[in-house]
Amino acid sequence: MFDFLEGYDLLGAFWVTIQLTLLSAVGSLVWGTLLAAMRVGPVPLMRGFGTFYVNTVRNIPLTVIILFTSLGLSQTLGVTMGAADNFETQNFRLAVLGLTLYTSAFVCEALRSGINTVPVGQAEAARAIGLNFTQVLTLVVLPQAFRSVVGPLANVLIALTKNTTVAAAIGVAEAALLMKEMIENEAQLILISAVFAFGFVCLTLPTGLILGWVGKKVAVKR
Amino acid sequence: MSSVLYDAQGPRAKRRNVVFTVGFLIALAAVLWWVFSALEDKQQLEWAKWEPFFHTEAWSTYIWPGLQNTLKAAALAMVIALPLGAVLGISRLSDHVWVRVPAGIIVEFFRAIPVLVLMIFGLALYSEYTNISTEDRPLYAVVTGLVLYNAAVLAEIVRAGILALPKGQSEAAMAIGLRKGQVMRTILLPQAVTAMLPAIVSQTVVIVKDTALGGGVLTFSDLIAAVSPMSSYYGANIIASFTVVGLIFIAINFALTTFASWLERRLRRGKKSTGAVLDPNDASISGTMGTGAGGGVGGI
Repeated sequence: MFDFLEGYDLLGAFWVTIQLTLLSAVGSLVWGTLLAAMRVGPVPLMRGFGTFYVNTVRNIPLTVIILFTSLGLSQTLGVTMGAADNFETQNFRLAVLGLTLYTSAFVCEALRSGINTVPVGQAEAARAIGLNFTQVLTLVVLPQAFRSVVGPLANVLIALTKNTTVAAAIGVAEAALLMKEMIENEAQLILISAVFAFGFVCLTLPTGLILGWVGKKVAVKR
Repeated sequence: MSSVLYDAQGPRAKRRNVVFTVGFLIALAAVLWWVFSALEDKQQLEWAKWEPFFHTEAWSTYIWPGLQNTLKAAALAMVIALPLGAVLGISRLSDHVWVRVPAGIIVEFFRAIPVLVLMIFGLALYSEYTNISTEDRPLYAVVTGLVLYNAAVLAEIVRAGILALPKGQSEAAMAIGLRKGQVMRTILLPQAVTAMLPAIVSQTVVIVKDTALGGGVLTFSDLIAAVSPMSSYYGANIIASFTVVGLIFIAINFALTTFASWLERRLRRGKKSTGAVLDPNDASISGTMGTGAGGGVGGI
């Protein structure tokens, strides 16, 4: 029944999907945290930049960003991502770049809303007992903020997993591209689709369940 | 300006702010200079490459037809997905296990799968089992994918909106002798709809963005698909074309987002509307709207 799978590297394609997800997740966590720091910080210019970045990137389709990294950045401006000779690696890295730039806007918003859930009274009380800024931040505000941010960040991670399929637009050999190819060449449309749907359910559902459970467990009850 | 993190600032903090501002300005200027010189280097800043967008030809030949298709797909998807999502969301709240569980499975399944996979499936399905013409097929596939995914997301929004209502509402309705259907139709839904409106409008942003997949991966002739022919016709003005297309998307979605937050503020202020009833639960509602926007994140 499943002999149509022969000759296709199904696991390899899903492995590319996972790699795209993890690398972009790390990248967008770093850049998203920086953006969040800018948006909640006291410097007006940085706040303005953070707001501008998030509002711009959130409103552009990911497809446009990914296509731009390939057609605009790479083919027009000659950005090679350190892989000028290897087209495949180059497109993979460009996809990671695009996904990172896009996802970090959502990471930033998740973190910022986490900080905003901490009641002002907490920080005021901390200052009242004589803690300085660093102590207020590391002992009182951030521990509470991190706990309430697990759930929203899990949502972002799941969305990122699904969003990696857009890399198919610039020919990165991940799951959606293989699915397209297989459907064109083989006759079993329903079965092939079921296999890929099952693969994505396997990737996203456990992440959601586990992180959702963790998020509920660590969240501060108010 | 004070927040959770810091108090109103004194002279020392203000001086430090100035230092940060200057440092950040320098970094920003360096990046902008790098971008500018890269563009200049590849002749992307020539007036000839940007000029076409100041004439009607580019708009009437490439952009407007593409934009029309984008908006058409988004509108169709929203109109079909909304009732489907409402039915699914209400089914998930049913008292009968045989209604609740299948609805739950459908919703969780379609939320777990990328829209693109659904679109690819739709495209192949229509070419194999129907005789929809080749040029119409991508539109059908895009709308199918969007409907399946967004119906599931909207179902969650509807469910959360109904669950966020105070329990007293349905209890009081049942106490005066209304039946289950009547309680849902006349008491819960009207209140939930107003509470859900901002989340639904935000979901429209996701739908508009997701239509771009049709042009990017399938052969749907939308705004994205217009970029390639447009830039090759006007002499490789890729950067200019992407800028214009990006700005159009930003304009549409920014308008929708602003509308959504205006609605939210208005509903929150509302005195006569059910907003007043919902007030104590505002935190939990906006929380679920967060997941609605999480679904928003789920979009592409």
